[in-house]
Amino acid sequence: MTTLQTAPEKAETVVRREALYFAFRNPKLLGGLAVVLILLAVGIFGPILDSGDPFAYSFTDAIQSPSGKHWFGTTTFGQDVFTQFVAGLRTTFEVGALGGGLTAIIGMVIGFVAGYRGGMIDEILNMLTNIVLVLPALAVLLIVNAYLGVRSVGMQALFIGLTSWPWVARAVRAQTFSLRTRDFVDLARLSAVPTRKIILREIAPNMSSYLFMTFILCFGGSILIASSLDFIGLGPTQGVSLGLMLQNAHQWSALTLGMWWWFIPPGAGITLIVGALYVANVGLDEVFNPKLRET
Amino acid sequence: MRRYFGRKLLIYGLTFFVAVTINWMIPRFMPGDPVASMLARANVTQPAAYEAMRSYYTGLFGLDQPIWQQYLNFWGRLLRGDFGTSIYLFPTPVSTVIKGAVPYSIGLVMPSVLLSWVVGNWAGAIAARRKVLDNTALPIGYVLTAMPHMWLGVLMAWGFGVILGWLPIAGGYSFSMRPSLTWAFAWDLVVHWFLPFLSLFLIALGGWAIGMRNMIIYELESDYSNYLSALGAPQRLIRRYAFRNAVLPQITGLALQLGVIVAGALVTEIVFSYPGLGSLILNAIKNKDFFLIQGAFLFIVLGVLIANFIIDIVYVVVDPRTRAGMVAGT
Repeated sequence: MTTLQTAPEKAETVVRREALYFAFRNPKLLGGLAVVLILLAVGIFGPILDSGDPFAYSFTDAIQSPSGKHWFGTTTFGQDVFTQFVAGLRTTFEVGALGGGLTAIIGMVIGFVAGYRGGMIDEILNMLTNIVLVLPALAVLLIVNAYLGVRSVGMQALFIGLTSWPWVARAVRAQTFSLRTRDFVDLARLSAVPTRKIILREIAPNMSSYLFMTFILCFGGSILIASSLDFIGLGPTQGVSLGLMLQNAHQWSALTLGMWWWFIPPGAGITLIVGALYVANVGLDEVFNPKLRET
Repeated sequence: MRRYFGRKLLIYGLTFFVAVTINWMIPRFMPGDPVASMLARANVTQPAAYEAMRSYYTGLFGLDQPIWQQYLNFWGRLLRGDFGTSIYLFPTPVSTVIKGAVPYSIGLVMPSVLLSWVVGNWAGAIAARRKVLDNTALPIGYVLTAMPHMWLGVLMAWGFGVILGWLPIAGGYSFSMRPSLTWAFAWDLVVHWFLPFLSLFLIALGGWAIGMRNMIIYELESDYSNYLSALGAPQRLIRRYAFRNAVLPQITGLALQLGVIVAGALVTEIVFSYPGLGSLILNAIKNKDFFLIQGAFLFIVLGVLIANFIIDIVYVVVDPRTRAGMVAGT
């Protein structure tokens, strides 16, 4: 009996160790992760070290190009761009984590239920998924934001989650569909394990790597949608985000005034975070999928 | 095949229904009195405009009627093409305002989407399995897909417009020109169109190239490819088969990306102050012009649905299996 119980566990740790082995040798994963972690550290610890108010006006310091005093220069109103950038990074990560997390969770729940239950429930959920899928998310967010005045990071993330889950649901549903007729799932069902437990204990762990990668993609996508919303003028009214910085720079014509230090850092920040996430994701794919490994 | 189209049309019909219902519901679920708060937010100073809007809103919301009657009235107005009156361009109906902006948006989005799709697929197919190209094309592709649309737009405007001074960076045509059917005006339009087009084209390019590359590699590793090469078929032929199979998910991908493309086009238009729907929406938001926002929302949804349907038709033409009815299609 003991051998029977330990054998799968041992196999599992071997698989995990193998994944770790390849993870530490994958330049894409390590590089992408390093960039994200560095920016995350700046976002978390930056505001503690650089305690300046991102909105502090200073007319003596207005329109300065980058220097030792102001690393990224100052805006038309003498606000320090670096202080704003650091505070904006934090907001951007928050939106990514909350919005991406919510997108992934809603998509997974609907995908699991539709794929596992099948039949009528699947038909209805599938129809719902297809409808939300063709509705352009930004257009819906536009009207919701305009009317309800969604003006906090949390609300922004909530609505991003509510509108961008369908592709996750579709992908998870397809995967669940292929797993639900496997023997171990049948066995669990015969042992009268409740549905919720079968999904959580039997099905989800078998696609955990896939789910994790989905979350990373949602994280990046959520950051991009949020920055677009900020840019249109539907961002959070309190605080800074990288998208709001871009909006301000555009609104006060930093472009025609040649103040490149105002609009380069926020866009570069978003591109770095999202790009690093995508590259890390490709690395993860190679770690989990032996077929893709470069030999 | 009839089943395939029937299902698609059902979904699109339902989607449009949901969109209209959202449009109807949100003002009514807004806390407080919608008419009063809209008028307060609209900040109208002309007394004539104020009175006209007040009676218009009250009539439109018809709050004294039962809720189902309000809903039916809303649909009735919509089907008659009545989207309400714009606030910031006061006496103009919303439908007229939108009709003026739509050609600019379509002229921008259509060419950039189609061209980036074709070029991206081509580049991705070439990059697949060619080490040197792959190592340069892939990172560029990732950077492009990770860029926020407005940032690439701003960079383009800065580089080509401000530093080099080659191209104009704002508007649909020069302020000194009046719209007319002359060559000078047409050229002016093209010059103003080019930068927003280029930035939309470039951003989408990366994603299509990466997608195609991955699909081609997947197809080249599949059984039929191995079988063909075992038979001694030339590499060119195998690649051609792989390409035909790999293009199918890319067509579906185009449909799935439409929402992102629309969003990108809106913010790109705002960067370049291009007189399409994006700039219109920005102005509507600034001026709290809710009817204009609602009208633009419905137009965008309608446009996306039509585009989806066209893609469905293309898919049937390209993939013979859907015609034979072997698969129901998704």
